[in-house]
Amino acid sequence: MRARGIRDLIFWGLCALAFVLIVAPAMSVIISVFHQAAPAFGWSLFTKPTHGDHGGLSNAIVGTLLLLLGVLVVAGTIGVAAGIYLAEFAGPRLGGILRFFSEVLAGMPSIVIGYVGYIALVVEFHWGYSLLAGLLALSVLVLPYVVKTTEVALRQVPTTLREASAGLGLPRGRTVARILLPPAIPGIVSGLIVALAISTGETAPLLFTAGFLDGHNPGLNLFHHQVPYLTYVTFTDTSLPGQSAHQLAAAAGAVTLIILIVLIALGRVVAGRARKQTERMSL
Amino acid sequence: MAVTSVRPERIRSKRSMARARARAELTPRDRVIKFVLGAAAVVPVAALGFLAYEMFKEAYPSIVFNGGKFFTTKTFTIGNLYSTGVEVRHGYKAAKGASFGILPLIFGTLVSSLIALVFALPVSVLGAILLVERVPRRFEAPLGVFLELLAGVPSVVFGLWGVYTFGPFFARDVYRYVADLHIPWLTGAVGSGQGLLTSSLVLAIMIIPIVAATTRELVRSVPALSKEGATALGLTRSESVRLVTLPFIRTGIIAAALLGWGRALGETIAVLLISGNFLNAYPKSIFAPFSTMASTIAALLDGALTDSTGMAIHALAEVGLVLLGITLLTNFAGRLVGRRLSGPGLPVGRGV
Repeated sequence: MRARGIRDLIFWGLCALAFVLIVAPAMSVIISVFHQAAPAFGWSLFTKPTHGDHGGLSNAIVGTLLLLLGVLVVAGTIGVAAGIYLAEFAGPRLGGILRFFSEVLAGMPSIVIGYVGYIALVVEFHWGYSLLAGLLALSVLVLPYVVKTTEVALRQVPTTLREASAGLGLPRGRTVARILLPPAIPGIVSGLIVALAISTGETAPLLFTAGFLDGHNPGLNLFHHQVPYLTYVTFTDTSLPGQSAHQLAAAAGAVTLIILIVLIALGRVVAGRARKQTERMSL
Repeated sequence: MAVTSVRPERIRSKRSMARARARAELTPRDRVIKFVLGAAAVVPVAALGFLAYEMFKEAYPSIVFNGGKFFTTKTFTIGNLYSTGVEVRHGYKAAKGASFGILPLIFGTLVSSLIALVFALPVSVLGAILLVERVPRRFEAPLGVFLELLAGVPSVVFGLWGVYTFGPFFARDVYRYVADLHIPWLTGAVGSGQGLLTSSLVLAIMIIPIVAATTRELVRSVPALSKEGATALGLTRSESVRLVTLPFIRTGIIAAALLGWGRALGETIAVLLISGNFLNAYPKSIFAPFSTMASTIAALLDGALTDSTGMAIHALAEVGLVLLGITLLTNFAGRLVGRRLSGPGLPVGRGV
């Protein structure tokens, strides 16, 4: 009996140790990045653009937000539409095939997407380093997530609603728009937020598609104009020599983390709504 | 489902019935909507086809030029771009002295991701079990935030942290003492911590949230009845976990591990910053600099653009193609294992 008690204790001790090994790096990353970035924080960080290894981050912040907007428009519309198709219109066989390829796309290494973005969009199509090339590369990366979360959100809407709607003589299109989409919205939105969070933190697909713009805020040109973004600053300035470069790298990382924390918090609120919605529907 | 009049003698299978019903219910406007949505649903497939086609097209000259040597030699150099001579093989040109062998890159990719998996798997599984089985319900969600936080940290921030915080700390306070034991391959110069082991550990931290989040859902899916049975038989909580929960979710954990492995294989930016970028030979020890396939593509693409023969670009495409092949294999394996599961509500494949 004693031996079993001791074994119990050892097991939970190991579990606790494992959990500490999850918490410690999470804390360490955030604390050390903010600590390293602290000297660079100030108004000028948000009002001045980058100049090499010094200056602010206004251009990178604007560029990142532009890219996010683009992802929301491209991956958002296509992904949600595809998710609706898979959940409500596709037959089992066609749906299975489309779903399979979407899952394969989800496993694509991001550097491969970056490479093809460079070879095809930047070089072959003569777009140059540009907003469109960058946002398309990001959109391809996050598309499978949007498709999947939309489909899952719609599938959680009970079949009884579909039956009732059909029984009342509503056509399928109207059933989807009026009856099925409203309760699925929280789930879909939380999927979109995940897609935005992934896009915010990615570097590899952008390195050879978006380029970088030093000293100026980016405009709304889709072609031939390079776009600065936050993760580029972190990536490049980490390897540059000198204190100010490292501070700027950390500051860009810190701003990225702030955006991500806001997105995660937002996602939590929406996901909580989605869960409540599901519970209400299953009653 | 709505009842529609389909004459019984025409029903051959469930599927043909479903198809007939679907057709019967669609108005012309519905068909337009269905067509537009269907076009969107084809986009991921088209994107995948485009990616595969471009990669293969770009890699083809390198496949012909390098042949089997690509996988059997160790030197990866784009050659002397300042010399006027070119090397011609099988009708394709490369710069003089160019050599494209990726053995050390394959080694680095596989070894770093496997070390990462070895560290990440027990930590994720035990951490997830603690969260679901032991922590009071009230604290489960707040503590789960750490997993979400870890999942959200961008790889470039992990890179920054690895270079300035994690790497130097481990080199100074951990690696040195391990190296002093003079165990083969676990000894040698530790430098400032940039190298294989640091990269692997950071990769481990990056895949923990993937494996742990999946394990958490799996542990939740274990039927209460089985656990109650274990308790009724007088098993302690840890025995119940080891004898009931773990066997029940074993396949799911394997699937989650394979997905995490796929992520570690393809990770680029963090490894590029932390690996120390050592090409053309195997790392001399577990602390030494090395390179992976993904990080090498990112590191060399800029320089490869200056190769007027274009072979450097093609060779990097072939590296990407090999990486793609390995990643897809682990992903397929993960999904195959995951699909065979009977457990309810498997969240495999969600990623972040």
